[in-house]
Amino acid sequence: MRTALVLLFLLALAAVPGSIIPQRDIDAIAVSRWQDSHPTLTPIYESLGLFSVYDSVWFSAIYILLMVSLVGCILPRTRIYWRGMRARPPKAPRNLSRLPESRSFTVDEEPAVVLDRAREVFRRRRYRVDAAGSEVAAERGYLREAGNLLFHVSLLVVLVGFALGSLFGYTGGVIVVKGQGFSNSLSQYDDFSPGALFGADDLEPFSFTVDDFRVEFLRSGQQAGMPTDFSADVTYTETPEDEPQTHKLAVNHPLTMDGGSVFLVGHGYAPLVTVRDGEGNLAYKGPAVFLPQDESFASFGVIKVPDALPEQLGFEGLFLPTYGFTMETGPYSRFPDALDPVMSLLPYRGDLGLDSGEPQSVYELEKDDLEVMKRADGRDFRLDIALGQTKQLPGGAGSITFDGVERWVKLQVSDSPGKGIALGGVLLAIAGLLASLFIRPRRAWVRVRQEGGRTLVELAGLDRSSGGDLAEEIDELETRIRHHAPPQKEIP
Amino acid sequence: MTPADFAAFSNNAIAFASVVYTLALLSHIAEWAFGRSVPASTEAAAGEPLAATASTEEPAAVSASVGGAMGGGASVGASAAAGSTYDGAADAAGSAGADAAASPAGPADLAARTHKIEQFGRIGVSLTVLAAALHFAGLVTRGLGADPARVPWGNMYEFSVAGAFGVTAIYLVLLRKYSLRWLGVFVTGFSVVVLMLAVLLLYVPAGPLVPALDSYWLVIHVVAAVIATGAFGVGAMASALYLVKSRAEQRSDAAATGYVARLPRAAVLDRIAYRVHAFGFPIWTFAALVAGPIWAQYAWGRYWGWDPKEVWAFITWVVYAAYLHARATAGWKGKGAAIIALVGFATLLFNFVGINLFGSGLHSYSGLD
Repeated sequence: MRTALVLLFLLALAAVPGSIIPQRDIDAIAVSRWQDSHPTLTPIYESLGLFSVYDSVWFSAIYILLMVSLVGCILPRTRIYWRGMRARPPKAPRNLSRLPESRSFTVDEEPAVVLDRAREVFRRRRYRVDAAGSEVAAERGYLREAGNLLFHVSLLVVLVGFALGSLFGYTGGVIVVKGQGFSNSLSQYDDFSPGALFGADDLEPFSFTVDDFRVEFLRSGQQAGMPTDFSADVTYTETPEDEPQTHKLAVNHPLTMDGGSVFLVGHGYAPLVTVRDGEGNLAYKGPAVFLPQDESFASFGVIKVPDALPEQLGFEGLFLPTYGFTMETGPYSRFPDALDPVMSLLPYRGDLGLDSGEPQSVYELEKDDLEVMKRADGRDFRLDIALGQTKQLPGGAGSITFDGVERWVKLQVSDSPGKGIALGGVLLAIAGLLASLFIRPRRAWVRVRQEGGRTLVELAGLDRSSGGDLAEEIDELETRIRHHAPPQKEIP
Repeated sequence: MTPADFAAFSNNAIAFASVVYTLALLSHIAEWAFGRSVPASTEAAAGEPLAATASTEEPAAVSASVGGAMGGGASVGASAAAGSTYDGAADAAGSAGADAAASPAGPADLAARTHKIEQFGRIGVSLTVLAAALHFAGLVTRGLGADPARVPWGNMYEFSVAGAFGVTAIYLVLLRKYSLRWLGVFVTGFSVVVLMLAVLLLYVPAGPLVPALDSYWLVIHVVAAVIATGAFGVGAMASALYLVKSRAEQRSDAAATGYVARLPRAAVLDRIAYRVHAFGFPIWTFAALVAGPIWAQYAWGRYWGWDPKEVWAFITWVVYAAYLHARATAGWKGKGAAIIALVGFATLLFNFVGINLFGSGLHSYSGLD
């Protein structure tokens, strides 16, 4: 018990750092940001596993020790309980008045009659009863310990369910532009974290297309700009042979299939652009995914044009769904909805570095061999393009047209096997908890003897758990044993 | 009424509720102030012996004292009102005239003061009921004030108002059963402080829910969390008073008058604290470890992701589990357990205030910038 208490405190303490220091599993970007600003602490924290507390050796050690202590507690207690459950109520102690609650009173009836009635009263109140000679021994509340054991066993069940999920489950994220599709294979994911025992071949072959996406924002009031509703229509097939079905995907309304569920977790803008190169050829046409930077959906992104001639082109900058400008802030977004979209871009020329074979992020330019285009006065050439506009690049490098705005959705695909087991475990744990908290194990005894023509009844009780209202129960027993008819008042 | 009318009414109701809570608080303070000059030992006659070790082993004496002694802590006493230490004091005041010779006030003065204590106490409770009704009306109209109507817990202002109501409601529900009037001063004080902080610092106008909260699990998850918070709040107050009272009992020169002397015996406080916690813990388990994960599975695609809010809910759960363990562990009973209960409530408050305002997790619904 004391070990369990210490381990529980250690577990609570050990869980704290994970809520303060950014965690890799939750927000990898926050982790790298934190690491950039704390170069000295980073190696120390890294070696302590503080960026991944809940997978760390020491956190695992604490809960494994807790589980060992749990098993070490459950086994002997089950044995004791097994014996105790079949035992008869213990004999009455010699001196009943020494017990925490005791009464003695006299009645006119014969001792045998009183004993019979006491037996009956105990039985009705669901005591296990033993009578011997002039005594009745009674005990109840055997299920308390059963509830207690159930609670502790259920915790193990929860842990098994949790372990199944983290070993055989997976979570992946993917950005899909409206109108495009996704099929469940490793190469399609932007990020993917499989459980330790999950193989890429285990991915179920479902696929879907994002047909439509809608979002509403509050237009006025203090909370203006808050999204009130967003949802996407998808057409999906569970296996390639199936008939396509449709589903409305929204927050709190995932698409659940065998082997994975799809959740709508975010959204953003993908401006449609056309780029012509210096030779006048169409070099790029299509959506470019920009990532929102704040709640106004000012979004950052790049456009890579490897097919441009004579030199490759690249663009980096902001997409502003509702353009605003002040001298202090420069261009900014006034509202998250696409009311007056403008792109503010810096054009680059040179070598995008795509041929080197090294993987690149689609959200960043590799600028080693790129050169930002300059204005005649030597300052950076910044392009502010409103929807529908075409702007020429300096030096005859080409042109860029802002054709339209498309939206993308961020989808999370995940499977956590064992969640049913974990849920069942917690529900059983609560059932056990209720039994162990509210069933009161209790012993009571009645002894009678003749005294001066009347019958002296001694009644006493003992609570085997704290917090009971033993006195009331003994009062109630007394009333019932004294009087033949049970009184009106019922105590639950 | 339009949603805007409801929203305006809600703001008024919450403001009035704060005023009435303040009056209730003052009334309870007056109750205790009058108690300063009235010896609480008169209550001993009603079955609250301060020296619990006195030789009351004789069966007759025990059974005589049972009604009163248990009235402080146990359910449905002989009659609902009798058995409260205050009524006991009022009844006993006359007969305790002989004892009162030691005190500066005469028996008649004493009876008058005891009457005043009782009167202020009752006024305090009545005002608390009124304030709670206003508080409840404020909550309901807040939900109707949003367009479309919704449950009134979608941002931190509303969580605070709902949480304070949870504490008051648990107190009022248990008031009779456990004769909790001695808690009134703390419960009303708590409500006043929370409502004022909510109105001054956390207020945002009524508006629609953010999409992530738009689920019926919001009702199940938050109602369970509010009930558990209410129980843990009342439990924490009882545990804190237990610590004060048990210290006073250990000192031989314990004052015979004043607030602490008029509290129920430490054992009774301990039992009430345990029962309230035992009631709250399974509900908390349900809120944090059943309803929360199921909802998280629907909303975020994972039932447990070590989000800061989840971590602290788990910490709170672990600490209260430790409290229940401590109650069964020799050497940790009583004082140790009471301290653990207070730590548990501190983690709960930190989860609410700290994580909501300073955290960056998925549960950032404070509605504040």
